Amino acid sequence: MSCRKDREDLVNDTISVERITCGFDVEGQKLYAVRDVTFSIRERETFALVGESGCGKTLTALSIMRLLPQPGGFIESGRIMFGERDLLSIDEKQMREVRGKEISMIFQEPMTSLNPVFTIGYQIAEVYTAHGVCGWREGMERAEDMLARVKIPDPGRRIRDYPHQLSGGMRQRVMIAMALALNPSLLIADEPTTALDVTVQAQILELIEEIKDAFGMTVLLITHDMGIVAEVAHRLAIMYLGKVVELGTVSDIFRDPLHPYTRGLLLSIPSLEREKKRLRPIPGIVPDLTSLPPGCPFYERCQERIPELCNIAFPETRDYGNGHLCACYWVERGGDR
Amino acid sequence: MRRSLLLSDFFRRFTRNRLALSGLVIILFFFFLSLFAGYISPHDPNEFDVRSIFSPPSRGHLMGTDELGRDVLSRMIYGARISLKVGFVAVGIAVLIGTCIGLSAGYFGGIIDTLLMRFVDIMLCFPAFFLILAVIAFLEPSIWNIMIVIGLTGWMGVARLVRAETLSLKSRDYVQAAKALGESDLKIMFRHILPNTLAPILVAATLGVAGAILTESALSFLGIGVQPPTPSWGNILTAGKDNIEFAWWLSLFPGLAILVTVLGYNLLGEGIRDSIDPRLK
Repeated sequence: MSCRKDREDLVNDTISVERITCGFDVEGQKLYAVRDVTFSIRERETFALVGESGCGKTLTALSIMRLLPQPGGFIESGRIMFGERDLLSIDEKQMREVRGKEISMIFQEPMTSLNPVFTIGYQIAEVYTAHGVCGWREGMERAEDMLARVKIPDPGRRIRDYPHQLSGGMRQRVMIAMALALNPSLLIADEPTTALDVTVQAQILELIEEIKDAFGMTVLLITHDMGIVAEVAHRLAIMYLGKVVELGTVSDIFRDPLHPYTRGLLLSIPSLEREKKRLRPIPGIVPDLTSLPPGCPFYERCQERIPELCNIAFPETRDYGNGHLCACYWVERGGDR
Repeated sequence: MRRSLLLSDFFRRFTRNRLALSGLVIILFFFFLSLFAGYISPHDPNEFDVRSIFSPPSRGHLMGTDELGRDVLSRMIYGARISLKVGFVAVGIAVLIGTCIGLSAGYFGGIIDTLLMRFVDIMLCFPAFFLILAVIAFLEPSIWNIMIVIGLTGWMGVARLVRAETLSLKSRDYVQAAKALGESDLKIMFRHILPNTLAPILVAATLGVAGAILTESALSFLGIGVQPPTPSWGNILTAGKDNIEFAWWLSLFPGLAILVTVLGYNLLGEGIRDSIDPRLK
């Protein structure tokens, strides 16, 4: 039975990241920022990668695009299956066709993600011409349509604006228009709202939702904001120091978090309902990549750690029902249940 | 109105800068002279007049005449043409080479960067003027050879400048975004990076024109630049040097012209730089 279910899942996966390990080569020393990360995203799903700064969530996304920062960035092993293809084994020219056309990415900083010397219409139209979809004239017309779709008022006039004439929220809308220009099947949104005001954040998230439904897209959302995750995601993976520690549906994880780190995360966000006045931060700091502990990376900060076990080897990832995965010895031994 | 916000900002700052404006006026003046040299100059620059050799400035010859009785003012006006031509063509060549090398070095990085930049260092080690002297000694000293050689020895500054700009620009988010949209390296280099380096290139080019004009004058003065009878400020000076005891006007006017032109380009270049980015002072 379970074998059959797996196969069904595979058919519906837009992308599946399998045991990706990547990192940086810093003066001859290899630092692994992402280790053995595995997850798959189903068609038309919003999947969130959650974790604090430096946990490898952005790097995982950049591996999918094959745009690791150069020099130094490398992908050591793993597969990224996108449809029938392994994105890590096709050549650069084919990959360029995938970027923008099949997988698009929007970035954290809308203020600097647009080229200051060209009008926004030109920059959207360029997406079409770069992929040889159509010529300039038609590209500009389509750009105007796209601006209307991302709800920029008066697109006919805005198309001739330069980026500095737009607000942050507007620029993020333009970025979304560029990313969606060629109707990709997967949109990677790397902290799309972090640099924006809270009110604008809500608008942008709403827009992404709407467009996802209208275009039938799959979204990989990268964020550190559990509030956003609860609002827009279907499933999520929690990352800590390059490892996926827990993965499951939003309702499973929010209702029944397994991993001590996930519990810490959920306790450290403010809530209107909870009685307690003070938030409970997770004690300690994230260890340095240059001196990774051999066992669980969360060991030093973990409330439930089991000495002589957790610090020796990294626990295996186990399914605790309904695809709720977790990698933790303490949970394996029954946790607090 | 909205569209030209950046440009109008630039013009507002530029027009407030009196020194820069005077630089622009000087340059436009010499542009005008060389463009309409045929109409403005009172005499044919190569017309001999043996009756009035070395005549001092007078109503007939405002800047006097030279050792062959040619009108110095007319020769000066035609000389402006040469200076401008040399300045612009030489700097054009230098900017072209420097931009390509700087852009490739900065964008591709790694071994390409190392090789290209060490080549720049090597080129900078040569005393440029003596290199030009040596090359001109082998080649026929024509105006085209001079322009090419000045260009070929003057691109290193531009290359360094463009490389530095490229290094900072290539890590900008919009370059990353362009990559994520599937644009090719070449397109990113020329569409996204190059236009953003134009401001410093423009400044370097303007200052470079001044240098090129000086170099040409110096070469012509030494007799291996523009060859007589073609008039150039440098070779008018040569005649002036031989006769400086009694024909002061032969040295004074071309010298002044060179001084004023070079000053004009320097003022303009610095003015543009300050107007593009007021923080750059």
